Amino acid sequence: MVTAEDVRKVAKLADVGIDDSEIAEFTRQCSGVLEYFEILDTLDQNQQLYRERYNILREDEVTPSLSQEESLQNAGQTEKGFFKAPRVM
Amino acid sequence: MEDRETIIGLEIHCQLNTKSKMFCGCSTDFRDNEPNTHTCPVCLGLPGSMPMVNKRAIEFALKVGKALNCTIREESEFSRKNYFYPDLNKAYQITQYDKPLAEWGKLLIDGDNGEKEVKITRIHLEEDPGRSVHMGTTDRGKYTLVDYNRAGIPLIEIVTEPDLRSPKEARKFLNKLRATLEYLNVFDSEKEGSLRVDANISIKGSERVEVKNISSYKGVEKALTFEVTRQRNLLRRGQPIARETRHFVETRGITTSSRSKEEENDYRYFPEPDLLPLRVSSWVESIELPELPDARRERFIRQYGVSAEHAKTLTGGLKLAEFYESVAPADPALAATWTADYLLGELNYRDFTIDAMPEDLFRELIKLIKSNAITDKSAVEILRIILDEVKEGKGPEHPQAIVDRLGLAKSSEDLVMKMVEEVVAEQPAAVADYYAGKMQALNFLVGQVMKKCRGRADPGHLNTLLKELLDKKV
Amino acid sequence: MAKILSFTPDDSVHAFLTTIPEVTYGEGPLSGVTVAVKDNISTKGIETTCASKILKGYIPPYDAHVVALLKDAGAAIVGKTNMDEFGMGTTTENSAFGPTLNPLDKNRVPGGSSGGSAAAVASGLCDVAIGSDTGGSIRCPAAFCGIVGLKPTYGRVSRYGLIAYANSLEQIGPMARDVKTLSRLYSVIAGHDPRDATTVNKPYSHEPSANIEGLKIGIVEEFFGEGVNPRVAEVVKEALATLESLGAVVKSYTMPSMKYALSAYYVTCTSEASSNLARFDGVRYGPGLDSAKSWHDAYSEQRKEGFGKEVRRRIILGTFSLAAGYYGRYYQKAQTARQMVRDDFERIFRDVDVIAGPTMPDIAFRLGEKSDPLQMYLADILTVPANLAGVPAISVPCGKIDSMPVGLQIIGKYFDDEKIIDTAFAFEQEGV
Repeated sequence: MVTAEDVRKVAKLADVGIDDSEIAEFTRQCSGVLEYFEILDTLDQNQQLYRERYNILREDEVTPSLSQEESLQNAGQTEKGFFKAPRVM
Repeated sequence: MEDRETIIGLEIHCQLNTKSKMFCGCSTDFRDNEPNTHTCPVCLGLPGSMPMVNKRAIEFALKVGKALNCTIREESEFSRKNYFYPDLNKAYQITQYDKPLAEWGKLLIDGDNGEKEVKITRIHLEEDPGRSVHMGTTDRGKYTLVDYNRAGIPLIEIVTEPDLRSPKEARKFLNKLRATLEYLNVFDSEKEGSLRVDANISIKGSERVEVKNISSYKGVEKALTFEVTRQRNLLRRGQPIARETRHFVETRGITTSSRSKEEENDYRYFPEPDLLPLRVSSWVESIELPELPDARRERFIRQYGVSAEHAKTLTGGLKLAEFYESVAPADPALAATWTADYLLGELNYRDFTIDAMPEDLFRELIKLIKSNAITDKSAVEILRIILDEVKEGKGPEHPQAIVDRLGLAKSSEDLVMKMVEEVVAEQPAAVADYYAGKMQALNFLVGQVMKKCRGRADPGHLNTLLKELLDKKV
Repeated sequence: MAKILSFTPDDSVHAFLTTIPEVTYGEGPLSGVTVAVKDNISTKGIETTCASKILKGYIPPYDAHVVALLKDAGAAIVGKTNMDEFGMGTTTENSAFGPTLNPLDKNRVPGGSSGGSAAAVASGLCDVAIGSDTGGSIRCPAAFCGIVGLKPTYGRVSRYGLIAYANSLEQIGPMARDVKTLSRLYSVIAGHDPRDATTVNKPYSHEPSANIEGLKIGIVEEFFGEGVNPRVAEVVKEALATLESLGAVVKSYTMPSMKYALSAYYVTCTSEASSNLARFDGVRYGPGLDSAKSWHDAYSEQRKEGFGKEVRRRIILGTFSLAAGYYGRYYQKAQTARQMVRDDFERIFRDVDVIAGPTMPDIAFRLGEKSDPLQMYLADILTVPANLAGVPAISVPCGKIDSMPVGLQIIGKYFDDEKIIDTAFAFEQEGV
């Protein structure tokens, strides 16, 4: 059972905006699904998923990069060849 | 309280000098380039792109693991560390979490109380994020510019146990580690930002503080010294030390509080599904390690007969050690003294690395000193002239040319005077006789100088020189 | 010599998000074959949105590996198809650009998430299509629209350029109106790609064979159990009888891990999705962020505006599954359950060549019929086991209920995609 507070906290951690008006709905739905997931907790082993293949590596060789124009072509905002983002400080 | 121990552990991030990035083929040689020109779908984090591990990065990390006496894990894997920051191209960093490449190593250092073993907790591989430039001044006017050229440069993170007991020991550990990495040829210490350090520091019995963002070797000792003083002052005043993360402000030499541990991110690590595990423990057997700093130091003492102190200094960096070995044939002892005691100081003063000094010129200088053609004072002058010319971007002159241009050659007078001084020092009995008024003693001394210069001086002139010197001494 | 064909479909079912009016194509095994590509597969110079507002206007500067292969084979890529946003859905109703309709009944959904691809093929707008299957997203719409769809063995087709929803589960695969055409398309897209570490060097160059004399088929009881429409079960059992009449031998098994499968699937896919979708921050692509705001405010606002509700719900569920205090209960245990599913398959496959059952528990839903997320998730119960194990699975039409198609799902051993294609081909040749 998760509370509205849990959902708010996780939504913040995921940085995915949820309106106050949506909290009740998300809480109800997530509760239902997480309750359904609870069956997993009845498993007592913590077995790792076995992966047969390993050491898939590439040689240290330089391949062509995109041009600055191509790199920036989908950016919302740019300045002097940089991507422009909001302040973080 | 004063005798409570200082406890320091380090986390060192070090860029590996592979040709291409950790997970894509973009070149790592980006430093003098326009932003976002060493970028591709992978290191821009474009939707649909996938990482592919650079084999050489694994080999380099294994070399470091072997050199630091680590155990290589049978199976290691990459994980995602999830957090949001504009310069983090995918909003997660591919790193290693609960299955790092190497664990349980050690490095011997010259500690505060003699030789000391510092334990290495783990070594893991990860990718560097991009670079953020913070712009604007007013609150609403502030913004961030992002360049992803650095994104995806391979890094190793080396984590130590909290085994260090003073900022000085931390510096010594870093110097030794840096030298080791250089000797392994996996790292270029001269590249800006190629080594970054986070430090955990506490006074025994109190909370631990993490200091982040130390990006220079010199900064580490400074940041830690500041932090020790700050923490001890708090304790002296009876105030608690907060468990927190602090940032080192290099320009001001202080640390400032950034966020408390409670607010620390939940990174939600999980195995990177696009990459498969590594099983490389058997590779280490075939890795041949080069001669490491300790071995080279021993060899310098053995092979060149240099002092233990000089040997330690001269093996403290790969290029320095190579420089010494290239100039040593001229005269191992003189070369050691002139490299360790004079050249390094002059380089430091100018913020130069050993590369600034052309080996052939230094070798020529040693030869001039050895042949007594110039005085020590002139040799230092020549050294400075060469380095200043390098600094001005001129092609430096040959020492002999400087000697000729400035007339620094020892005159024969210099040589004769030197021999006179030597004889006076060597014959205390005759000197005493002279002072006692026995004039034959003067003749004896003249004879000794004549013997030294194999008769190539005028005895009358020697007589005058000796008298002047001896009478001055009274 | 490049040739040009014009493509102006009468897309009354909203199968396409983007169409290419003048398509150039070249020589090769698929020369002139019209191919629709799901909109989560990167196409250089052609908008690729994942049916999400957050990628509106995004033009990839590179082609996905499969797209490059299709072009090399001479295929004519005619457009990008509608889907559930980022692949998150079973109906294609979760598209930010409106649902796709089922060509056989426009009041019903075409299935999802590759609903646009299935509808485009089923309505004859193009010859074949490429979809992606994370938990049934190729097989479900293939079953609902009455076409053939293959989820290849994990690693047999490169995912490079597929916009990731759940990397460890999904594969790109072919969709066609008949098995032979599907096989032709598959032979072009399968193979090793040095940019996708999870691909293996197992190219596909198989000619389907209808001879299944002596083929051993396993039936998993749980695939006919609770939640499965009895009429669907009936149609599938008749199909199995047909296969027996062709010389196959059928034997019954149980699969105890089935009770964990759906949870293991949803925990894994939402966890991976919560990480995969974090990169849509508006810095490198997508609508620009409001730089007057602080980073976290601008970012969470962008994601609220840009992602639909189901996407945000799954991001939150995945964040729960990975968060401190929940990881051990959800993500870690899901991996345990996943290994159990693999072990169950391995045990059954020691006895049999293929496993057969229904693709979906029911026929295509009516539009808007499933509104509760959990009810919707339950519809994936029969398709997710193949994704959890990484084994290949195909859906082939096997009959109708109320004039809506039912899919027969055939699941194979690792890298034995050939066998399930033969089985589907044999069934198809016998006719429905």
